[in-house]
Amino acid sequence: MEHGSLNDPSKATFSFVDEDHTLANSVRFCLNQDPRVSVCGYSIPHPSDARVNIRIQTTGEPAREVLKDGCQNLMLMCQHVRGTLDKAVADFRMNNPTKMETKSDSEMET
Amino acid sequence: MNEKENKGGNNDEPNKKFSIWDLPDVPMGQLPPHLQLQKTRVVCKADAPIHTDNISYSGAYASIGVDNSVHLDLFRDNFKVNVIRLTKEDMEFDMIGIDPALANAFRRILISEVPTMAIEKVLIAYNTSVVQDEVLAHRLGLVPLKADPRLFEYLSANDTPNEKNTIVFKLHASCKRGERRTVYSEELKWLPKGSELIKEAGQADSKPTTYTSFTCSQDVLPEFSEDPISPSEDKIILAKLGSKQEIELEAHAVKGLGKTHAKWSPVATAWYRMLPEVVLLEDVEDEVAEELVRRCPDKVFDIEDIGHGKKRATVARPRDCRLCRECVRGEGWEERVELRRVKDHFIFTVESTGVLPPEVLFTEAVKILEEKCERVISELS
Repeated sequence: MEHGSLNDPSKATFSFVDEDHTLANSVRFCLNQDPRVSVCGYSIPHPSDARVNIRIQTTGEPAREVLKDGCQNLMLMCQHVRGTLDKAVADFRMNNPTKMETKSDSEMET
Repeated sequence: MNEKENKGGNNDEPNKKFSIWDLPDVPMGQLPPHLQLQKTRVVCKADAPIHTDNISYSGAYASIGVDNSVHLDLFRDNFKVNVIRLTKEDMEFDMIGIDPALANAFRRILISEVPTMAIEKVLIAYNTSVVQDEVLAHRLGLVPLKADPRLFEYLSANDTPNEKNTIVFKLHASCKRGERRTVYSEELKWLPKGSELIKEAGQADSKPTTYTSFTCSQDVLPEFSEDPISPSEDKIILAKLGSKQEIELEAHAVKGLGKTHAKWSPVATAWYRMLPEVVLLEDVEDEVAEELVRRCPDKVFDIEDIGHGKKRATVARPRDCRLCRECVRGEGWEERVELRRVKDHFIFTVESTGVLPPEVLFTEAVKILEEKCERVISELS
């Protein structure tokens, strides 16, 4: 849900339901790194409601587009994280084939 | 001298014109070292840490001409993952080049938003033990079940329990006269064909129905035929029985999130810490070095001989530092040792309860964050 003005699409507050710090902080971080954003922040009006308000003010571009791009970037970052982790786990397993032991063994260091 | 550009116009005397770009200590495009320290390290002083906030705003250093924006390619080049330890139950790995916002998001999702299966409804037929019904049901709910939650669907209030959203267990334990006995979680038997308790039917001529309606047996599925569903630990104590006491019950497990109840959390816990960096600001020698090595309970420091009978302290294992701050407590120590944390290097530890292997859990958590973003994007479009 977007609360903005009809005349000025570069400033808006987006209200998300059923979200909390998990998504809001990550999106805020991604948006802050975007050079088109002049102000970006989030707030949780009341902790009992699962609602989050994200405020975006840009240097001219419509805030909705910038938010979409920020979420897109966040998705790509997550995909990259997943790929890197899978590769790292595969490399670790290749280099340490005997270290997949059960819980009865004590902690081992590589 | 008079031909230099005048930037800013701060003229005290009309003949003194200078340009800030000629000053040697502001290199173009790079932060000066004290700002670089503020941006990338948390300094843990003896009383409190400083520089704890993350300067992620793209225009933070615009006044000195440094661009703080990060493009996706830069993130991709800098991001690294090193796995330190990986067993069936827990995993420790390093993530380098990521921001605390993302690391915390992954941690929060791991604890509360990765779905699992846990016992929700307990149909108690007979319970004469000293453990009350509700206490026994609560304990059963907390038992972690080794069932892949991705193969099941959620059960909502108006759905019928069927083989796609419910797992049924049976527990029937009794104790002989004159003995005492402990009931362990290994006695929870999986019923792949569904519930066996018959409902009290109103009409006498209708077929007796049970509490679930399984259309096919669950062990037909290939994942379950070799690896039957069971609690992930065998020796969890559920109840203790005395002479001639008996428990007979049926437990139905459904899919849920840790947000609703902690029994659905797939990790015992998951945490991260930033990589410690211990820096000796000046040469620490002889007795002071010995004292430093003695002070640290984690054996972070070591003594090395530099000849002529003199000894010097070095930082041998900074990763083991647990920030007890013993090395900076007392007079004069803060000038010798500085404790820092690297802001973008996280040491993640994930301890699974046995539902899924820890690396699969982390991958699921990342996927869930991606799904949240997708939902936001589709709502906006």
